[in-house]
Amino acid sequence: MLQSADAADRLNDFVLKLANVNGTGSASANTLLMKSIFRMGVPVMGKNYFPSNIQGLPTWYEIRVTRDGYVARSGRIDLMVAMNAETYARDVQEVSPGGFLLYDSSWPRPTLLKRDDITILGAPFALMCNETFKGVRARILLKNIMCAGALAALLEIDLDVMRTLLGESYASKKSLLDSNVRALEIGYNYAKEHFSCPLPLRVQSMDKTANHILIDGNTAAGLGCMYAGATVGAWYPITPSTSLMDAFKSFCEKWRIDPVTGERLFVIVQAEDELSAIGAVVGASWNGARSFTPTSGPGISLMNEFIGLAYYAEIPAVIFDIQRVGPSTGMPTRTQQCDLMLAAYASHGDTRHVLLFPNNPEECFHMALAAFDLAERLQTPVFVMSDLDIGMNDWMCPVLKWDESYQPDRGKVLTKEQIAALEKFQRFVDKDGDGITARTLPGVHPKGAFFTRGSGHNQYGGYTEDAAEYQLVVDRLKRKFDTAKTLVPKALITARSGPRDGGHEIGVISIGSCDGAINEALDILKRRGVHVDYMRVRGFPFGAEVEEFLATHSLLFVVEQNRDAQFKSLLTLETAVSKEKLRSILHYSGLPMSSACIVEGVVAEMGAAPKIRAAVS
Amino acid sequence: MSFIAKPKVAHPGLPRNELGLTRRDYEGGMSTLCAGCGHDSVTAAIIEAVWELSLRPETLAKLSGIGCSSKTTAYFVNGAHGFNSVHGRMPSIATGAIAANRDLHYIGVSGDGDTLSIGFGQFAHAIRRNIDMLYMIENNGVYGLTKGQFSASADVGSKAKRGEENAQPPVDPVLTALTLGCTYIARSFSGDKEQLVPLIKGGLMHKGFALIDVLSPCVTFNDHEGSTKSYGFVRDHYDEVVHADFVPPATEITTQYAAGDATAVTLHDGSRITLRKLDPSYDPTHRGKAFNYLRDKLQQGEYVTGLIYIDEHSPEFHQVNRTSTVAMNQVPYAKLTPGSKGLEKIMARYR
Repeated sequence: MLQSADAADRLNDFVLKLANVNGTGSASANTLLMKSIFRMGVPVMGKNYFPSNIQGLPTWYEIRVTRDGYVARSGRIDLMVAMNAETYARDVQEVSPGGFLLYDSSWPRPTLLKRDDITILGAPFALMCNETFKGVRARILLKNIMCAGALAALLEIDLDVMRTLLGESYASKKSLLDSNVRALEIGYNYAKEHFSCPLPLRVQSMDKTANHILIDGNTAAGLGCMYAGATVGAWYPITPSTSLMDAFKSFCEKWRIDPVTGERLFVIVQAEDELSAIGAVVGASWNGARSFTPTSGPGISLMNEFIGLAYYAEIPAVIFDIQRVGPSTGMPTRTQQCDLMLAAYASHGDTRHVLLFPNNPEECFHMALAAFDLAERLQTPVFVMSDLDIGMNDWMCPVLKWDESYQPDRGKVLTKEQIAALEKFQRFVDKDGDGITARTLPGVHPKGAFFTRGSGHNQYGGYTEDAAEYQLVVDRLKRKFDTAKTLVPKALITARSGPRDGGHEIGVISIGSCDGAINEALDILKRRGVHVDYMRVRGFPFGAEVEEFLATHSLLFVVEQNRDAQFKSLLTLETAVSKEKLRSILHYSGLPMSSACIVEGVVAEMGAAPKIRAAVS
Repeated sequence: MSFIAKPKVAHPGLPRNELGLTRRDYEGGMSTLCAGCGHDSVTAAIIEAVWELSLRPETLAKLSGIGCSSKTTAYFVNGAHGFNSVHGRMPSIATGAIAANRDLHYIGVSGDGDTLSIGFGQFAHAIRRNIDMLYMIENNGVYGLTKGQFSASADVGSKAKRGEENAQPPVDPVLTALTLGCTYIARSFSGDKEQLVPLIKGGLMHKGFALIDVLSPCVTFNDHEGSTKSYGFVRDHYDEVVHADFVPPATEITTQYAAGDATAVTLHDGSRITLRKLDPSYDPTHRGKAFNYLRDKLQQGEYVTGLIYIDEHSPEFHQVNRTSTVAMNQVPYAKLTPGSKGLEKIMARYR
């Protein structure tokens, strides 16, 4: 049991995990709980652990109530809601000592649900549903809402906020609204009558979520595509990227259909496979439309040939890789950062690609815009390396704001007048010294016509098998990649180490969704007297600031979510850093990171370094 | 291949089309194919067709995959953008290009390997989408650049140059297209320019996916005794069923046909295709009957040629999508974003 001294500690700071069966309506109850806490002004984190399945398999949802605004998993479970008998055994074991477990007591309590160091609470949700509601489906779906009602009483979540949210969800379905509110109240009243409410885990209103939203990365990226002015989206459905195109489609259906004529200012091609999807993106971009495809690792594998064509023929393409666990089919509903090498060097021959690494949905929105600008400026494929954790989980982010001065960077595209004024158009002659040459679009002017090809070509675009002519073009492509270093988003550097203490400049380097866990880990380390600088890399190729950070730190922890240290490999391949300075902290279970593995990784290494041992202990 | 470049100066007496351009203005780079290659005759027919149609060169986009056939897009209409993409994937490039700009004329040139083997899936799905393009297969039953392997269109019993006999049944692009819902289907022969030119013109003006399968013999690897794609075999087993003539908009049909012999189909731009049936029992607007007729003739070893099927009523890709009549690549940016006011409204949903 929690001691009273701990109770204050757990105010707005605890973790709730809900174990359910997928396809039973648990998702809406989970969202209701999380959003209610968010509406009370208390920061929340939500993670969905779902199976690659439609109905009947175990699924979990983890809600971290975090007054300090941390966005990663904490690693502990204070309250388990065990609604799935199939997973009782593991669910009961996961609860941290002193914690609580709530289960459906419609049936006798199984012996599995037994632990002396936690409090077990039972409420007969199924029985109460059967007594109150008609129809099998309604009884199943409303059980989870009833449970949310009980949790509201146990955790002191504002019931009015929950009623309001239900009202918004079922604004046009009065009968559904009534049954949902009824279920909510039955659960709430049952808990009030039978348990000592509230538990020491408690929610109390704060003002920390003003000007914030709860949004997933795929929705934010789809929104970014609309704001970037993308008109052609091509895709093949694949978890966990599907909701990105769903979002783009629904935003376009709302904002890009002429209300009078019904005419659409967007085209979405659901292709027969990923090869065709990227082909359509390349074809549309070649023709001057902003075009993109969302996919995941297996899709990138299939797209490799076209990605090489786009690189060599210098055609823009925006690819969202919502990374999932590999290799092969892997675990489609689990998260990793495992496509870094695949994307950086996709396709045969000498190819290197521009990558962007968003850390949350807010950056997914902004990097979607940046990706189109970079792809057209550099005339090359650009990857936005999101992942399942960012893409499919709801994150608390600042409200997205629009800068009205934004204009798309369409790059060096010659106008009709510019082409007409030319003596002769030369597609691949580097006139500006930045490796980027002017292009023309089909249909504009006959003098601008040229032949786009993936075969060997000279700087005029003509076919060649001549060594010198070939090398001239590929050497310029290398220069263009150097230009990209100056254009990708800069790494963000947080100096925490304060005054140097004799050459022990320690740094953490990471990308993307590791950010939340790292920030929390660094706070923990700081409290323990270990001061570490942090650089979050946001783009590849690496800019000068990355080189400088690597050069000015003597010990560097590279944190990433894959087995083979792919990000560390990229750093050693593409910068001057000495391998000896780098230590990997790897997390690749498929679950989002928590701070623990970083703290442990850093402390273990520091323990080995005698000079710092004192500070750590 | 020919190493002698033609002089750039055109003879003043050369005939000119409505735009004042000569056939020379529609030429491309010098062909690097073997002397006598059927593909060069197809290139010549394309040049003739677009010249006669008076298309502005830059309004044409030329797309191809990989192979001898795919090289030919470099050999016509220098004033048009060309895209020689990856093997078997031209239909996806075409899909994206057409999605981005519905105002151009798209001509894709492919081969039997590019279409019926590596690109069979893309070919099928481009037909399903009914994208507005002319798709030409230069079909010779053989891989040329890799020196003589059978392709998927090689007939059972057809012999390779070294004597090997093909045992696997062929994929017939015309039968395939009929089953997939293709809306303009023709077969022709590279050696019959009179038949081919009007088919190309009709295919370019047709709203939707137009397929022309052109038997185009490979003189180097598949023009021998025992091949069913040789010049000799095709000439002897060649059965024109419906002859098409292309009549531009607002032009009178002058050719005289015997009563009941010819019908006219009006295309979306007002031009017409007159169809002269050489077999009175044949109906080029009935998909099922056309399929049966062709299958029976193929079993007899006969290539049915001419305009095999036409459907001017099925909606093409953009009609299905209800895309704006303004090409996607021409829409001003301001029309594509709801701005900061819109974003505020959108954000309310996520609070």
